[in-house]
Amino acid sequence: MSVSLKLKDLSEKEVLLSSGHRMCAGCGAAIVVKMVLLAIDKPVVVCSPTGCLEVTTCISDYTSWKTPWIHSAFENAAATMSGVETMYRALKKKGRIDKEITFVVFAGDGGTYDIGFQSLSGAMERGHDMLYVCYDNNAYMNTGIQRSSATPFGAATTTTPAGSAIPGKMQHRKNIAMIMAAHDIPYVAQAAPSHYKDLMRKIQKAAAVKGPKFLNILSPCNRGWRSRIDDAITLSRLAVETCTWPLFEIENGETTITYKPKKKKPVEDFLKPQGRFAHFNKPENEWLLKKIQQKVDREWDNLIRAESAKGFYN
Amino acid sequence: MNVAVAVTGNDAMAHALKQINPDVCAAYPITPQTDLMQRFSEFVSDGEIDTELILVESEHSAMSACIGAAAAGGRVATATSGPGLALMWEMLYVASGMRLPIVMPVVNRALSAPLNIHCDHSDAMGARDSGWIQLWSENAQEAYDNLIQAFRIAEHPDIRLPVMVCMDGFIISHSICRMEYIADDAVKNFVGWFKEKNALLDIENPVSYGPLILTDQYHEYKKIQSDAMERVFRVTTDVAAEFEKISGRKYDLFETYRMEDAETSLIVLNSAAGTSKDVVDEARDRGIKVGLLKPRLFRPFPHKQIGKILQHLKAVCVLDRSDSFGAYGPLFTEIAASLYNYGGKPRLLNRIYGLGGRDFLPKDALLAIEAVVAAAEGKTDLALKEYLSIRG
Repeated sequence: MSVSLKLKDLSEKEVLLSSGHRMCAGCGAAIVVKMVLLAIDKPVVVCSPTGCLEVTTCISDYTSWKTPWIHSAFENAAATMSGVETMYRALKKKGRIDKEITFVVFAGDGGTYDIGFQSLSGAMERGHDMLYVCYDNNAYMNTGIQRSSATPFGAATTTTPAGSAIPGKMQHRKNIAMIMAAHDIPYVAQAAPSHYKDLMRKIQKAAAVKGPKFLNILSPCNRGWRSRIDDAITLSRLAVETCTWPLFEIENGETTITYKPKKKKPVEDFLKPQGRFAHFNKPENEWLLKKIQQKVDREWDNLIRAESAKGFYN
Repeated sequence: MNVAVAVTGNDAMAHALKQINPDVCAAYPITPQTDLMQRFSEFVSDGEIDTELILVESEHSAMSACIGAAAAGGRVATATSGPGLALMWEMLYVASGMRLPIVMPVVNRALSAPLNIHCDHSDAMGARDSGWIQLWSENAQEAYDNLIQAFRIAEHPDIRLPVMVCMDGFIISHSICRMEYIADDAVKNFVGWFKEKNALLDIENPVSYGPLILTDQYHEYKKIQSDAMERVFRVTTDVAAEFEKISGRKYDLFETYRMEDAETSLIVLNSAAGTSKDVVDEARDRGIKVGLLKPRLFRPFPHKQIGKILQHLKAVCVLDRSDSFGAYGPLFTEIAASLYNYGGKPRLLNRIYGLGGRDFLPKDALLAIEAVVAAAEGKTDLALKEYLSIRG
């Protein structure tokens, strides 16, 4: 029996991440974590790599986690959770534990796309029963907004500042969801907190499947995106409406787009409220916007093709 | 019943792991550890034991998975060598800092570059400050015995720290020697049930592992860890006394050989101690009063006890199978630290031998004895630190 996703019912459910944590005001990741935890009805064991979520939720002697939680290092959340999940199976086999448990990793994009990529790939290949959630805020926010391979093309970060010679990051994002789908795991999806029902339904679907599951969830970061403190959900919606952040799921290799905007908005609508793209307004940088729009269009078309072909693209 | 067998060091370690039957074992292949884990995997595949194996994609993930598994609440083991241990380095500190009783055979191997798969001690010496207990083993028998005792030391309620059991790559891991296996039941009873503490899988009593600890507490946290290390001497001795009852073999923090009336001594770890003992015997036959001391527990290091034994000697030659470039070998600095606070100070020499698997021959042990005797006789132009038997 899965949790009711009616707002009234959700408001009565205990959130396993207690208030008092030190996430920034208006942080998208904190919203995402709460939504994910609310959607799951079984006991949950959580693992986080070093990062924003980790350093703000468990500062000795305090913890915000009302459920078992482990952090060991930055590059190895999937490997650490592999160990936890394997011990669970070992003890269950021996009758020393009988509960059903959902194992959830919450990792940022740095810990997922970059330094944690190898351990993630290994864990997915080995087939551990875990739900890996990437809260993708598009850069290394905890260390001070350095570029990651999830940073969008053209974005200014502290290591790719918009200079007169190089106007921001000159590479496109890595398509992590498709890379995960190529591991042939049973469930891959992309979600955004602006579409919370879609997000929570995906979490419920994933949690019901045995084996490795991967969810990439957009987590607006007002510090890194140089946006208004109360804009997380607005920006999340704009990312979806511009198809910059498409909502889809890939079940056993078959793609379904779970939300199609009636009218695709121009990418500019998503970029404009964000200071990290402010240099796009300079006349000499017009090409940046064109290039980013082309990339978004191509990926959206690929996704539509993948859906009709009942596969996924690469 | 205990049985005599002819096996390799890796066979012996795999057999010990089989008898212990850990709940989870994570492993990644690296020479010369490979056939230890291959043998262990056969036991798992044939259903002889019910350990859950995680065959990870790197040693970094092997140690990470061990950390997750141990925190979850069960008995955990892995094994590695040389560069594999080096890749684990960051996670070694996490394992000890979280007080997780993981046990790991380290089949000693040189570090690159240049690439070399053979024995030296650079790997374990590089990890000496990581908060792991280190037991060193001269031969397959000692490796087997140390591995069994390691679980008891690691899991002791006063300790709760990880242990690495070192054994020389190829020289011991791949050569067959005669030794004795203890009966399965005796090993099982000796090791006993794993007593979990703060298990992550205890859903009713949720715990948080791996917090951020700032300047207000980190210093004290590390002091507690250091205090736990101080208790290892006692626990290692107690465990050895119990182990003697099931094995008939006596273990201490270090072994002394013909030291009663010695005027000089060699200090050496692991397999080279075997060769050295033979050469010490020959020297004794010629009337030279030389002995040998072989540390077994390298971390924590029994400075006081070793200092007491060595303080009356005229000269001591410390043989190191790894170098701290631009400084003295790691074993040498411990011996020097052991002696400094005692009245009599033997002259100390440091000889580096056997890097990258270069054979340590009786003639090398003889060179060390000649040097230490010359030092005892007051010869003044001896090099303090020197590589033995450099080829021209």
